Amino acid sequence: MRPNRPGEPVRLVRTGIANVEAVAAAFGRLGRPCVVVERPDDILVDAPVVLPGVGSFESGARSLAASGCGEAIRQRVGRDLPTLAVCLGLQLLLEGSEEAPGTAGLGCIPGTASRFPDTVRVPQLGWNDVRPAGEGGLVRSGLAYFANSYRLVEAPRDWRAATTPFGGDFVAALERGRILACQFHPELSGPWGAGLIARWLEAWC
Amino acid sequence: MLRARVVPCLDVRDGRVVKGVRFRDLQDRGDPAELAAAYEAQGADEIVVLDVSATGEERLAGLETVRAVRARIGIPLTVGGGVRSFEDARRLLESGADRVAANTAAFGNAGLIADIAAKLGAQCAVLALDAAETEESACPSGYEVVTGSGTRRTGVDTVAWAREAEARGAGEILLTSLDRDGTRDGYDLRLLAVVREAVRVPIVASGGASTPEHMADALAAGADAVLAASVFHEGEWTVGALKTRLADLGARVRP
Repeated sequence: MRPNRPGEPVRLVRTGIANVEAVAAAFGRLGRPCVVVERPDDILVDAPVVLPGVGSFESGARSLAASGCGEAIRQRVGRDLPTLAVCLGLQLLLEGSEEAPGTAGLGCIPGTASRFPDTVRVPQLGWNDVRPAGEGGLVRSGLAYFANSYRLVEAPRDWRAATTPFGGDFVAALERGRILACQFHPELSGPWGAGLIARWLEAWC
Repeated sequence: MLRARVVPCLDVRDGRVVKGVRFRDLQDRGDPAELAAAYEAQGADEIVVLDVSATGEERLAGLETVRAVRARIGIPLTVGGGVRSFEDARRLLESGADRVAANTAAFGNAGLIADIAAKLGAQCAVLALDAAETEESACPSGYEVVTGSGTRRTGVDTVAWAREAEARGAGEILLTSLDRDGTRDGYDLRLLAVVREAVRVPIVASGGASTPEHMADALAAGADAVLAASVFHEGEWTVGALKTRLADLGARVRP
């Protein structure tokens, strides 16, 4: 295991297809270079790792299983190594998703993603309120950009949760130790999102 | 509560922002990355980049422009123009787009929308639908689909195509009135209403806006987002001033 060096490039896990360029640009504007990684050995390190998310649950889960990266991420989260999961990335940390019944998630976070109810226009596309459950976490109140059809409803115990209202409250973000999982896209949430990424880097990386 | 989005649109040709009337007589309006960054600073909720010459030249939207815009902005970026295959969508995403808009090729091959939605998720698959008024009996909605950057009337009913694209997985419809594009007369509210009635996915109103009142009307007619170009490029309204006025008119927008 290599020691954690401040300023070391942030590692973006390739999950088949994702908006890695948008994530890399967000870190770049904060002065942190990124490298895209796709092998387990490049993930099971002390350096910060981002699991970005665009795409379907099934394609993401399959990609992570085939490359062995999924197991490496599971171990990272278990060891509390600084890890940021975004959108589908959060859902891949769950046990599964209604989007792909029978396809296992990484099981780092208890729960299963389910589809928004018919009372709202799906997908949720746009800016919505993020409300942290209490003070002291990295996630603060504000407006974040979401692009999702599925979400986690019940916040798991032992995780600090923030919620967002859309067809009822759902989990907008979860924090525990150095792990930050966001259903919204911090890299697309303007200065508010950049602030969150900066605090996560400052605190843990 | 989800906010209504205000979306500046950059029509790009040869790496420059251009703007015309009814898709013609294009005038230079500046550098895409500079404009996008300025609009984000003013409070834009998303940027749309449409490469208006890509389809006619049978090529994909300029990836260099996408990269340059992405490097400067930390808000969502939807890119359209010449998207003919899933591979094209993938290349746009890897260049910095978050969502991909398909128009002409999707019309010729509805499987393209299904393919993008299945692999990238519905939120990534935007159907760009250009519509024009018609009296053809084959178009009971009164609007027909126009493809090829406004050059080809298809004789197909706009509502029928919107429904089919939704069924195939489109996660949003970018609905442009060809009749209103660049006219400053306001969005075609009847077009918005008939498509809103037909589909459940989010709709972006496009074509004809020149005032906040036009935008408030479109939101009241069922749009989830309002797109405009000239009103911002000409400097009549900053995005921020426009959103303040929209809020005064009762719209829920991000400050």
